[in-house]
Amino acid sequence: MNKHLLSINDLTSEDVIRILDTADSFREVGTRVIKKVPALRGRTVVNLFYENSTRTRISFELAAKRLSADVINFSTGGSSVAKGESLKDTALTLQAMGADAIVIRHSSSGSPYALTRWVHGSVLNAGDGTHEHPTQALLDVYTIRERLGRLEGIRVAIVGDVLHSRVARSLSFALVKMGADVTLVGPPTLIPPDVAAWGVQVSHDVDAVVPKLDVCYMLRIQRERQRQQYVPSVREYSRLFGLTTRRVAMLPEGALIMHPGPMNRGVEIDSDVADLPQAVIEEQVTNGIAVRMSLLYLLLGGSAPPPGRAEDSEREEAGADA
Amino acid sequence: MDESDIRRVTTRIAHEILERNKGAEGLALVGIAARGDDLARRLASELDRIEGADVPVGALDITFYRDDIGMRSEAPEVHETRIGFDITDRTVVLVDDVLFTGRTIRAALDALVDFGRPLAVQLAVLVDRGHRELPIRADFVGKNLPTRIDETVRVALREVDGEDAVYLGAPGGWDERGGSA
Repeated sequence: MNKHLLSINDLTSEDVIRILDTADSFREVGTRVIKKVPALRGRTVVNLFYENSTRTRISFELAAKRLSADVINFSTGGSSVAKGESLKDTALTLQAMGADAIVIRHSSSGSPYALTRWVHGSVLNAGDGTHEHPTQALLDVYTIRERLGRLEGIRVAIVGDVLHSRVARSLSFALVKMGADVTLVGPPTLIPPDVAAWGVQVSHDVDAVVPKLDVCYMLRIQRERQRQQYVPSVREYSRLFGLTTRRVAMLPEGALIMHPGPMNRGVEIDSDVADLPQAVIEEQVTNGIAVRMSLLYLLLGGSAPPPGRAEDSEREEAGADA
Repeated sequence: MDESDIRRVTTRIAHEILERNKGAEGLALVGIAARGDDLARRLASELDRIEGADVPVGALDITFYRDDIGMRSEAPEVHETRIGFDITDRTVVLVDDVLFTGRTIRAALDALVDFGRPLAVQLAVLVDRGHRELPIRADFVGKNLPTRIDETVRVALREVDGEDAVYLGAPGGWDERGGSA
């Protein structure tokens, strides 16, 4: 596997299977009385979050702690970033403190790629702009495989604001890679223009798609999009694209309802629908810890240079860059 | 060792476990993946055959407890851990195929205490090939096999490999002249 996780496209389907299989073992760890293993003892994982995100940060923090790594949470409010420090200088500072992995969330697409040029450790993309959110996609794929037993040939609709959704991009790439059949559903204003290259279908009619699904994946509608005139009104969006009790009744038996959270109950998903047994939204959260443990383990568990040779490998990397 | 050797040795170890512990009361078997878990299941069925005892069996993966994580180029492959019973106050017999440096057993002991506090831990191995790097010894040994440190010992089991055998490999490769141990 690659040293970093920046995009789903960095992974082969074999890599994805390895990540999911390893996550199975970590889910077992999560059922023990002592939910902690010493695998990454002595390693330092930094959560570098330039955007607020409680759930992703906590999930990564718990994952790293359950692997016995030391965790530093670096959020930008009240830090040196508020004093005007650049991403590069922050990265170099963390590097100087010996970070073995940096988990970054940033509003600018591509910033995790920039980070890899400045640090020697692994970089994990925890969401960059409207680009990707690969760990969310992997935990979603894990949850689907767990519940349905397979990925090949399953029919998934991703409904909502696909245009601004890094989750939709990463999840589409991951599902297509694993042989699933993906349909993006949303108003034409919220479907990205480049979807032809994604290997997915597009529909603007939820009712036509829902009866043929194995998984109905609802995206959060960001209310600020309405001010930007992508949707006429939240109420109209909700009526046309929300997952209502009526639409759930049209889903085939055994189909899953998923949402990456946080939910706007009553907007993209009815409150009653979110609490149905086929809504696996909390399982997604639980599985997120195991999948992130798997990723940290696979990226860090085989990455360190032998003790005393750190400088050599730094020189090699510098040489490779040139 | 061939199939019948392994069968006889398994039976003998099962008897020794019963003798040492004065029966199967309070016993549990935990096999170290891979292959130790298969051996543990075989021992359990022997215990059942001999004493009619229903001894719980678990599988333990020690990957996350290894002392060489991060010293290898790839993260070691992970197997399944499944201990569906409480080990606290039981006598746990750890089962592995080959005892070599003792580092796997060290890791297994660390892993085991995360599941509870056993009354005692004993160790059963199919082959003891020597060259310990830690103060660890087995309570039940199928066969003591003197080896050179650069030789390789490979245990094949029907459950995973389709046959029962123990092979001694020459340094740098397997002894293809049927060098079975």
